[in-house]
Amino acid sequence: MALYTETVMDHFMNPRNVGSIENAEGVGEVGNAKCGDIMKLYLKIGDGVITDVRFETFGCGSAIASTSMATEMIKGKTIEEALAVTNKDVVDALGGLPAHKLHCSVLAEESIRAAIKDYYDRNGIEYDHSRFREAEDGESCPMV
Amino acid sequence: MTVYADNAATTKMSRTAIDAMLPYMESIYGNPSSLHSVGQVAAEALCEARRTVAEVLNASPKEIYFTSGGSESDNQAIRSAALSGKKQGKTHIVSTRFEHHAVLHTLKKLESEGFEVELLDVGPIGTVTAEQVKRAIRPETCLVTAMFANNEIGSVLPIEEIGKVCRERGVVFHTDAVQAAGHLHIDVKAMNIDMLSLSAHKFHGPKGVGALYVRTGVKLLGLIEGGDQERGKRAGTENIPGIVGMAAALKEAADHIDENAAKVSALRDRLIEGLSRIPHSALNGDPANRLPGNVSFCFEGIEGESLLLLLDAKGICASSGSACTSGSLDPSHVLLAIGRPHEVAHGSLRLTLSAENTDEDIDLILRETPAVVERLRDMSPVWKDLVKGRRQFVL
Repeated sequence: MALYTETVMDHFMNPRNVGSIENAEGVGEVGNAKCGDIMKLYLKIGDGVITDVRFETFGCGSAIASTSMATEMIKGKTIEEALAVTNKDVVDALGGLPAHKLHCSVLAEESIRAAIKDYYDRNGIEYDHSRFREAEDGESCPMV
Repeated sequence: MTVYADNAATTKMSRTAIDAMLPYMESIYGNPSSLHSVGQVAAEALCEARRTVAEVLNASPKEIYFTSGGSESDNQAIRSAALSGKKQGKTHIVSTRFEHHAVLHTLKKLESEGFEVELLDVGPIGTVTAEQVKRAIRPETCLVTAMFANNEIGSVLPIEEIGKVCRERGVVFHTDAVQAAGHLHIDVKAMNIDMLSLSAHKFHGPKGVGALYVRTGVKLLGLIEGGDQERGKRAGTENIPGIVGMAAALKEAADHIDENAAKVSALRDRLIEGLSRIPHSALNGDPANRLPGNVSFCFEGIEGESLLLLLDAKGICASSGSACTSGSLDPSHVLLAIGRPHEVAHGSLRLTLSAENTDEDIDLILRETPAVVERLRDMSPVWKDLVKGRRQFVL
């Protein structure tokens, strides 16, 4: 078969860091149920470092695998390092995604940014707003 | 152990069909249009296959046209009836919201060519009544096309009643019987069917072959220009092995139709009863008038593709109407047509059984599915919102 790479299937079948964090310092939720994808990321942050991360995802195999991979890529990293993770980095780490599933990696990147933005907002930390894309308005489903 | 529960997608070929086909690949390779003896043996097989298919449908052999499958049959029937109607100034077509894309996309194309297409609502159960059809027919209606049984949710339509209404009003009635042929009794005369599409691989025959029944007196236009095969209505050298295999499979299915339906519907009912116990789930489609092998459910809070992947890992082959499984952005038009909201339609599961399935298969599905649904719900933010009351349950 091989709709997905072995790495995607591994992260789908054995997702890393599933769950939530009580009293998380930052929580980001992106996507919407109408489109069939919601990703929610919980961050524990200390001294500018992401000390723990958990996720919950409603979505297809590649959505679950993308979020799982994203959590692995930012765990133990500084906020700046986490913000540098792009959707392409997630795709590459997964060994590729089918073209019509690339939007899953975009959501994974957005979930990281949304969670960090939430952390900044809660703590009154100044940041460059242009670095954070606006969340989806939920009216239309993203195409790729 | 692999449990194949996707028989609405395609079926395993029967031994009877394979055995019937083999000689036509190994030794009887003639072209039925050839005058010589090698060709004439093939011509005889073609003739015999046509007789067999006609007999099962209670049609006459000259009313059967062989095609490449259900999609081609649907395209030809609909386009032909529409263009014939147009010549008499009739450009109104009645159909239903939950037809197969082979029908809906053909109608869409005709709409762009100036036809007016009226798609009947199918309601929460997913069916249409003869009364709805009757109300929709106008003097300028040239065609009613309504599927015999729905491929996704299994509803069986009141075809005999719809046929009666169409005949009374003198409107051509086509039915896409791709999911019904070989599984439900079909009598084109008693049911007043003017045109009917079927596909061999849905009843344990080969892929790439189908048939179109067209009642004598109903005009048929060709889609493919070329030679004079199929009485000039479908050019191209006949797929003799496929046609022979289809006829053998159809006859075998028809000979065992009641016993298979009894066996398969008992398995289906066990499955429906068992899956209904999963909280916040719902059966899709008509619970009473239902294909013997169709089980279609929506499970709230999860997405269908991940459900299929996890079931596949457990050896269960199924399908879903979620957007992610189709490559499109929207979930199944059928599930939306019966009023399932997008987020619920994404969490659909279709299990379609055949007489090849066993009670052990059902045991496995009933053992694994609740666990897989629970696993996905446990990691779903949508499910969590539902449980915590931040989002309203629909099911």
